[in-house]
Amino acid sequence: MTEIAALKAGLLADLDGADTPERVEELRVGALGKQGVITALLKTLGAMTPEERQVRGPAIHDLRQSLTDAIAAKKTAMEQAIMDARLATEKLDMTLPVDMAGQGSVHPVSQVMDELAEIFADMGFAVATGPEVEDDWRNFTALNIPETHPARAMHDTFYFPDQDAEGRAMLLRTHTSPVQVRTMTSQEPPIRIIAPGRVYRSDSDATHTPMFHQIEGLVIDKGIHLGHLKWTLETFLKAFFERDDIVLRLRPSYFPFTEPSVEVDVGYTLINGQRVIGGSGDDDNGGWLEVLGSGMVNRRVIEACGLDPDEWQGFAFGTGVDRLAMLKYGMNDLRAFFDGDLRWLRHYGFTALDIPTLSGGVGA
Amino acid sequence: MKFTLSWLKEHLDTDASLETILQACNDIGLEVEGVENPAEKLNGFFVAKVLTAGPHPQADKLQILTVDGGQGVLQVVCGAPNARAGLVGVFGVEGATVPANGMVLRKAAIRGVESNGMMCSTRELELGEDHEGIIELPADTPIGTAFADYARLDDPVIDLSITPNRQDCMGVRGIARDLAAAGIGALRPLEDVVAQLPGITAQGAGPDVRVEDSEGCPAFFARSVAGVTNGPSPDWLQQRLKAVGQKPISALVDVTNYVMLGLGRPLHVYDRATLKGALVARKAKSGEEVLALNGKSYVLDETMTVIVDDEAVHDIGGIMGGEHSGAQDGTTDVLIECAYFTPESIAKTGQKLNLTSDARQRFERGVDPAFLGEGLDIATRLVLHLCGGKASEITRAGEPPVTPKIVDYDPARCLSLAGVDVDAATQRTILEKLGFGIEATAPVIEMQDGSPVEISAGRWKVTVPTWRRDVDGAADLVEEVVRIHGLDKVPSTPLPRVPGVAKPTATPEQMMERRVRRAAAARGLNEAINWSFISEKEAATVGGGDWTLANPISEDLKVMRPSLLPGLLSAARRNSDRGASSIRLFEIGRRYFRAADGSSDERLTVGVVLAGDKAPRGWATGKAQPFTAYDAKAEALALLAAAGAPVGNLQMMGDAGAAYHPGQSGTLRLGPKAILAEYGVLHPNLAKQFGLSGTVVAVQIFLNAIPQKRKNGFMRPPYAPPALQSVTRDFAFLVPENVEGDSLVRAVKGADKKHIVDARLFDIFTGAGVETGQKSLAIEVTLQPGDKSFTEEELTAISAAVVKAAAKLGGTLRG
Repeated sequence: MTEIAALKAGLLADLDGADTPERVEELRVGALGKQGVITALLKTLGAMTPEERQVRGPAIHDLRQSLTDAIAAKKTAMEQAIMDARLATEKLDMTLPVDMAGQGSVHPVSQVMDELAEIFADMGFAVATGPEVEDDWRNFTALNIPETHPARAMHDTFYFPDQDAEGRAMLLRTHTSPVQVRTMTSQEPPIRIIAPGRVYRSDSDATHTPMFHQIEGLVIDKGIHLGHLKWTLETFLKAFFERDDIVLRLRPSYFPFTEPSVEVDVGYTLINGQRVIGGSGDDDNGGWLEVLGSGMVNRRVIEACGLDPDEWQGFAFGTGVDRLAMLKYGMNDLRAFFDGDLRWLRHYGFTALDIPTLSGGVGA
Repeated sequence: MKFTLSWLKEHLDTDASLETILQACNDIGLEVEGVENPAEKLNGFFVAKVLTAGPHPQADKLQILTVDGGQGVLQVVCGAPNARAGLVGVFGVEGATVPANGMVLRKAAIRGVESNGMMCSTRELELGEDHEGIIELPADTPIGTAFADYARLDDPVIDLSITPNRQDCMGVRGIARDLAAAGIGALRPLEDVVAQLPGITAQGAGPDVRVEDSEGCPAFFARSVAGVTNGPSPDWLQQRLKAVGQKPISALVDVTNYVMLGLGRPLHVYDRATLKGALVARKAKSGEEVLALNGKSYVLDETMTVIVDDEAVHDIGGIMGGEHSGAQDGTTDVLIECAYFTPESIAKTGQKLNLTSDARQRFERGVDPAFLGEGLDIATRLVLHLCGGKASEITRAGEPPVTPKIVDYDPARCLSLAGVDVDAATQRTILEKLGFGIEATAPVIEMQDGSPVEISAGRWKVTVPTWRRDVDGAADLVEEVVRIHGLDKVPSTPLPRVPGVAKPTATPEQMMERRVRRAAAARGLNEAINWSFISEKEAATVGGGDWTLANPISEDLKVMRPSLLPGLLSAARRNSDRGASSIRLFEIGRRYFRAADGSSDERLTVGVVLAGDKAPRGWATGKAQPFTAYDAKAEALALLAAAGAPVGNLQMMGDAGAAYHPGQSGTLRLGPKAILAEYGVLHPNLAKQFGLSGTVVAVQIFLNAIPQKRKNGFMRPPYAPPALQSVTRDFAFLVPENVEGDSLVRAVKGADKKHIVDARLFDIFTGAGVETGQKSLAIEVTLQPGDKSFTEEELTAISAAVVKAAAKLGGTLRG
């Protein structure tokens, strides 16, 4: 028995001392190979008496198992050491810069239009559109602005030399209001729409560009009155600026297509030289900004669109999308909106994932 | 519309503060543009007397004065040649700011002599041009009076923005009437306002005036005044005109401006000595010319109304008088014209001549047709008052269109239209103060449960005042009531809301646009918004536009764009000029075409321009990488996919148009005709025209051409992943060089539609081992087994089918 124990101790000691995979293999072959010492011991089992086998058998098997396990463990340890050595040589400077996908952006005007669509959808307004190259009937006449009306002079209109099939002069729409006409002449009330889009006026300075964006709102229904208009504008501005302290000041005004007509100012507070929408304009550090034109749709307009003004009435409003964007996000030069300066677009633009939602807030 | 507070108070009896008046103006729709008190800049300037004047020891031209300005006797050094003992002038005390130059007066030593303030010239106080000497006031002017008070400059100037419908407020009196209705004092009767003017004792027949164009000038009233003495107006009148920005000319001219600004009544005064025969209002003859008061000559046409005598045109009726017949300094006999010109015709003439004037502004908005005689009387009395002379009878040629307008009005309309319940009595008061006449029908009263109940307040017949041309319906009356009552009293009323969660409102097209926009931004593209109009030259580079403006703001913004590329290329150029090294821009906007019927055909389009470096030089990638045509193709496919286009079914064809490199561009089509997108390397000529160097690639996606899937509920078709794994097989074919990759892939895919689920080209090779004129294309084919794995026989059969399909394109399997 003792010679088996001695053999085991000797083999394990040899294995422990092995320092290359080749040496381990050599030891394995020497012990467990065809000519190996342990293999030879195993062969002796057949010639033993049962009593002898009962005593020696387990010792020999134990010797074989121990050595097999030790070799496997030794091999794993050596492979791990080799891998560790290799990994140590593969070290990289992980502070090196990586290629980032370019930063894309959504233009503030598009973003604000999405915000407006979201807010007004909650109030039941759909988004309507119309052409930008319009005829003078829809841009002016149907809106109660006859040719000699002084209001036509208020709009610096871009004209084309062309006429449409009905002989109407073609022009670039000066406001989104022709969409009111298109909507009323093509669908039955009740109507609740907003109509955002490009509009054009022959005007250019720091606060005016010959092209800009407006959004029009129109409600035609039964029993709609000025109080509904006031609520709608208040509700919309509160939602848009995400503030409950929005204060509106309504002033009587004049637009040919509404009667009564109301101009709407929103109160702001001067904070660090910036106009921040909210609070009454009459407060200290406060002021009023004109943001909306609106009113009850003139019965002549309703009539011109083929509806009965004694049955249907409603309100309309219009405001500048670019201006809303400026007031909310703090840009101060309208011209930069149309310059395509990548630096500006990245600074004032929005990421693809800034999708306005009611649950997440429409502002970003 | 500018006026002074004192002018307003001539018509409005009120002790309301300026602030209250301004607030009321805003509240009733007369928007306050600005207010300025000229007295404010004269703070610290007082009437003062020079007590002594002696020579300055160090300077010949300076004197040492002692001055009493009411704050004790002060020593002042003064350089004015007219400074002398006994002179009464204007003294600026220490701390006052000199209006002309902003200098703050300080105690100082001038050439070694202490000086405490300054005696001022008119120029220093911005009251005139005189700088020869200091102001000299009458000797009895009270010493120590604030100069602004003495000079009656303490009179705030108010500037209101008058909406085009309110001609009546283009005169001070109309504003006073509106304010009175709003409870700011009482409107003084006009007789009282002009009571101090001399009356008219008419002598002799009125002048010979006639109307031959009753359409353009329905009424022409006139009176002559003989023996007048023209000259500068008195100070009060000059001051009043100057305060509101009108230049005083002479008493006769100033009178017309004064009546126009005060009463909204434009007039014209002719020097009778320059006239030959009768004055006639008629249509101009085509080509007739007149030299107007502004020094410019105007050529007239037969639509315009003019005032002529036997020889010449003297007035562009209601717009501007002629240079030769106006009142001059030596004028002794005048004719005062007070006419009514038809607003529409004034507007047309003014637009045609591109000529604006204070008179036009009022006539085209419609002056009060019932205020001709009285207006002429007041003007005449002013002339008599200022210039003397004898007035003739009045001549009334024609009839002003005074037709009483009566509006049927139900006071309940105020609540139903404006949402605010204003009781009938209040409504009546407001309307009557504004000059409306009300005749009420009896209210309908019924007995209910033994007591009387008013069923209806009774309708009103409301007579519209002649000066309110803008009012002709019930809604206008509601507006009058509400603006005076106060818009702030309109209660905010929620719009009725359909119960439940708001329904989606966006159309499929709108959703497509939103998805494409955000997909593009997610791909690293920056959204620009470019002008819808481009220059003719730029339009020509993309085939020319259908719509060219008749009155562009500049040549650069003239043609409605037929392509988004010029705008994007210009933006790319600007960025490049600013040093941007990698430019990725997109725009979603319309292209503008003309439909066959002449209407507008606007097509929603996505444009993409990639310029500069695709990737910058890098430690891992080496040199900077330029964009290639395949980058353009990748954007096109990605954005088409985002738009919901069936990207897998698109045909890839050439012919992207002249804007692109002929060999490195293409189109993506649905069927052979419907082009959904074009893409590729920009033609070098075009890149050069837009000043862009290096490879520029571009894409246009025609969103309007993409068919929108109809939504049939949310349910997807059933699907279970196949039980068996797919297998791949590679094939390499030698094909003629002109065979396009996509055609071979399509042919391979079509070889066995049942089993081949995908085919992908993964290698192209020419060179060693491949004959000239040929290329080797390697394709990985994905095969999907059904219930059972493929047998060798099946795989052989599929391979044979693939090889056969490739053979149709001239392909042979590479050994």
